[in-house]
Amino acid sequence: MTILKLVFIELWKRKSQLITGLLAITLGIAVIVAIQSVSVVSEQNVARNLDNLGANILVLPQGASIDDYYTSDIDAPTLPMDYVERILTSTIAGVDNMSPKLTRRVKVGDQSVVLTGILPKSEIASKPLWQSSGLLGAELKTACAPSQSANKSHGLEDEKLKRKAIDTLNSKDCLAGSQVAKRLKLSANGRINIMGKEFNIVKILPETGTVDDDRIFANLRDVQQLLGIENQVSAIEIMGCCNAISEGLLGKLRNILPDTRITTIGQIVSTQIETNQLMKKITLIMLIIIFFVGGISIGNYIWANVNERKREIGILRMMGAERSTIYKMFLLKALILGVAGGILGYLLGTLAGVILGPYLAGIVVKPVYIYLLWSVLLSVTISLAGSLFPTYLAAKFDPHTNLQED
Amino acid sequence: MILQGENILKQYHHKGETINALDHVSFKVNKGDFVTVTGPSGSGKSTLLLALFGLIRLTSGNIIFDGKRIDNIGDRQLTDIRKKSIGYILQSFALIPYLTTIQNVMIPLALEKIPGKEQAKRAREILDYVGLSDRMEHLPRELSAGQQQRIAIARSIIHRPQIIMADEPTGNLDPTLSLEILEFLKKINRENKITIIMVTHSSVAAGYGTMKLHLNEGKIVTSGN
Ligand SMILES: Nc1ncnc2c1ncn2[C@@H]1O[C@H](COP(=O)(O)OP(=O)(O)OP(=O)(O)O)[C@@H](O)[C@H]1O
Ligand SMILES: [Mg+2]
Repeated sequence: MTILKLVFIELWKRKSQLITGLLAITLGIAVIVAIQSVSVVSEQNVARNLDNLGANILVLPQGASIDDYYTSDIDAPTLPMDYVERILTSTIAGVDNMSPKLTRRVKVGDQSVVLTGILPKSEIASKPLWQSSGLLGAELKTACAPSQSANKSHGLEDEKLKRKAIDTLNSKDCLAGSQVAKRLKLSANGRINIMGKEFNIVKILPETGTVDDDRIFANLRDVQQLLGIENQVSAIEIMGCCNAISEGLLGKLRNILPDTRITTIGQIVSTQIETNQLMKKITLIMLIIIFFVGGISIGNYIWANVNERKREIGILRMMGAERSTIYKMFLLKALILGVAGGILGYLLGTLAGVILGPYLAGIVVKPVYIYLLWSVLLSVTISLAGSLFPTYLAAKFDPHTNLQED
Repeated sequence: MILQGENILKQYHHKGETINALDHVSFKVNKGDFVTVTGPSGSGKSTLLLALFGLIRLTSGNIIFDGKRIDNIGDRQLTDIRKKSIGYILQSFALIPYLTTIQNVMIPLALEKIPGKEQAKRAREILDYVGLSDRMEHLPRELSAGQQQRIAIARSIIHRPQIIMADEPTGNLDPTLSLEILEFLKKINRENKITIIMVTHSSVAAGYGTMKLHLNEGKIVTSGN
């Protein structure tokens, strides 16, 4: 016999009371887990859509317009390549990915194509700062920070991401968009002459339905050389974490990048921010509600239990149980209730999310295992907080007054 | 001498009135005594036991247990004495309703944090001693009053206390069962040299005493063998 065993026996012998005691906290946790499970997926969905657009922030030269960015006129303005370095070496947080590009419309034979110089990942990733602020370890906080890994972890094979993830794009290598490949009858492993320079076609990119289909991608440095625009780019596409955006990432970038025009892919970003913030607000409100409702309900249950067991407390105290033993008895019980409420709530909430997600939000929800830990922690905290006061009163009972109540 | 009371005064204040529940009571109990405490209702018998338990504080006077004063020591030390040296039997049995016979009996050992195996071994021995070996897994409500009181007795001696305090242990029992319980207490008193202090209304029970205290209005009116 130990105090712990006593607690378990008592819990077990009064199962039905247990269920009422657990109801509020279990339901509360379930609602939060359900909301979170659904919203994490919907955030990822928004993030993925965003990613398909390429980026959510564009750094353009002062005089340029978004149109310039797409049409790539001969004399479209450019900005210095150093700016990439500036962003990398700054302390600005929230830049999850970036891609400097130089784009020009050029002639290949009698056809007009858009030549875009991009920097392969290997040339950016070699910067230590990039690694620390970049994709690595971004997985958890990635709710709105679309990154290759986040998408991969959801089993999504996004062609566009694959392209972005191209580790190396050697000098003299190029990638051709599907439309341009058709027009120029290009094929993988073939060759193409652009402005007098021979390129190996490493790959024909699958159709994306965007302007990218009309482009030929080559190493940025080759393109700069070829066009005679050394150390200049026409745009830097930035994938910024949307929270960082709402916290003023743009302003911070403007401070270090003079003479540029920095815009967000506005509407999408702002909707995304709004959704995320709304979800956060709902979760916060729910948290506060279940903290009070759950705490009070468990506290009430423990208080009823204390009253019902007044005599027992008296007996134990008479036999030499310390006040601390009484504390232990009821707080252990609260702890067990908390763990049970957390686990049940998690299971119930996850189940609700998985079943209702497709109906309500039109998305496939998967269980988020880490929420089990949070559910249990939250539930235990609430349960202990709610039980503290009744337990304190129980330990303060005079043993003899309770013994004489027959 | 195991227990001594000197000039014990316990006053209760009730609606501006002062009640002397114990009015300058003095007595001495030797090791191995079977003390019976009798007296009319309200004469202070239970109050005396509670004071000796260390469950209520005296207004004035001393209690000396095993050579040490216990009326002026802290709660923790008192709790410790109750845990190790005193066994209790109450009129209402005071069993924990959701625990089985053997679990109830093990409680004092659990409080002393004695290992589970030894708890079980000693509980079985004691239950054998009080004749309840075949009722170990029963809940209190599944047992007769006499059996419940025997559990309470088993519980009161399992931790080998020096002294047992019993407040009307036969008060809820019919005469036959009362005799059975009294015989038990006598056996415990003789065989294990455990001192017993028993409050009772019954003259039969009082007859078991080797030392008799009779209270009236908080005062000891007779004390003797
Ligand atoms: N907590 C209390 N507050 C006020 N008065 C009390 C309290 N406890 C006991 N008393 C009074 O002290 C006196 C002695 O009570 P006690 O319980 O010791 O009597 P008793 O001899 O055990 O009686 P009984 O035979 O009925 O059990 C009584 O007058 C009672 O009213
Ligand atoms: Mg009494």
